[in-house]
Amino acid sequence: MPREESQTVLDVVTYVQRHLDASLAYRFACRVGMCGSCAMTVNGQSRWTCRTHVSRVADDGRLEIAPLHNLPVVRDLVTDMTEFFDKWAKARGRFTGTRSRHEDFERVPPAGRREEVDAGIECIGCGVCYSACDVVSWNPDYAGPAALNRAWTLVQDVRDAATIERLRAVAGDAGAHACHTHMSCTERCPKQISPTAGIAGLKRAIAMAALKGEL
Amino acid sequence: MSARTQTFLWIGQRASAAVLALCVLVHLCTIIYAVRGGLSAAEILGRTRGNAAWLGFYSVFVFAVAVHVPIGLRSILAEWFGWQDESRDLVLWVLAAVLAMMGIRAVFGVFG
Amino acid sequence: MNARLRNDFRARNHPAYWAFLVHRLSGLALALFLPVHFWALGQALQGAARLETFLRWTDSPLVKFAEWGLVVLLAAHLTGGLRLLALEFLPWRDWQKSLAAVAGGLALIAGLAFALAL
Ligand code: SF4
Ligand code: FES
Repeated sequence: MPREESQTVLDVVTYVQRHLDASLAYRFACRVGMCGSCAMTVNGQSRWTCRTHVSRVADDGRLEIAPLHNLPVVRDLVTDMTEFFDKWAKARGRFTGTRSRHEDFERVPPAGRREEVDAGIECIGCGVCYSACDVVSWNPDYAGPAALNRAWTLVQDVRDAATIERLRAVAGDAGAHACHTHMSCTERCPKQISPTAGIAGLKRAIAMAALKGEL
Repeated sequence: MSARTQTFLWIGQRASAAVLALCVLVHLCTIIYAVRGGLSAAEILGRTRGNAAWLGFYSVFVFAVAVHVPIGLRSILAEWFGWQDESRDLVLWVLAAVLAMMGIRAVFGVFG
Repeated sequence: MNARLRNDFRARNHPAYWAFLVHRLSGLALALFLPVHFWALGQALQGAARLETFLRWTDSPLVKFAEWGLVVLLAAHLTGGLRLLALEFLPWRDWQKSLAAVAGGLALIAGLAFALAL
């Protein structure tokens, strides 16, 4: 394996497939950190491989590359991400608006709640956080950091009209309240999102709704 | 158990935690104060018996503990021991009652 | 269904995870100790003499050491719990790592104070 300057882990995997073992299965698309398809574990830690430099993660010149954790392995470095995305849907990760195309745009003040949305909106759905989270391993029903982060950005979106339904969908043992603040998601998210912060927000919002008898 | 009930368990855990934070702080100071020069039953009981304020304080402490411990164990039993059906919650209700009773018995033993 | 891989030490080795582990293990240990503690103090109901017998047993160095351990666990669970309450109820971004360090430091101070008082 030739060592190149600025070599990424994805470069290494690609080299292996092109020169050493053509049968190797792995996923990638954009190679610039936008699509979220290239996530794997590198030396035991979940990462986006297209933006991870070998020099930063090699341990004594060694790389151990494996598929994401907490997801069924299809083959080699490819996992089945169905449940990961199903959980987004279950957490009501879809925007529910009130306006039609005939109405004017809504004007959203950039300060306040919108800042909370902005902090979590750049998620690329890579699954790194889901793979890094032990609560996902211990509690298979748990929605996981990405789905909850998505739910939080919608709860904070002033235009969204399904807040209570969404809070209901992410309450309790399979939702936000299962989070133990390990912060592995926050530690690993390549987009510097803190799902933990959003989940804490959900915990509070759901608790408030429960106390008001709205849940 | 409904997600709503689970949410209330979470609220109970945090609310009891807030109460316990204060109780434990006082308790730790009391311990450190009491153990100076060794513990003797006569000395301890001489100071504590019939003290209504401390009796009240430690009763609150005991009830907060009886709420806090079973909810904490609930996650541990599910996540580390794979026990997450109704039987677990039933056992934990019993545990809460037993802890409260044993605790109150101890409080009355020392402060009554 | 195909196998899933799980995290190991390399994925878990970061401050917040350690804080979690200390919190969970100290909580578990305290939960196990609690019934014994209540039972022992309940001895006082049978009069000072019964409690005295028990307390003399606790004079042995081994028990003293265990007591010290319990005080440290209690202090650690307290400070770790305050850290959690802060993380769940206060807006935070950057200072969470220092929070874990402060929690650890305070627990140590409590342990030291108890050791000195013994
Ligand atoms: S929150 Fe971060 S780690 Fe999780 S899926 Fe989105 S981008 Fe990836
Ligand atoms: S290949 Fe698209 S994010 Fe890495």
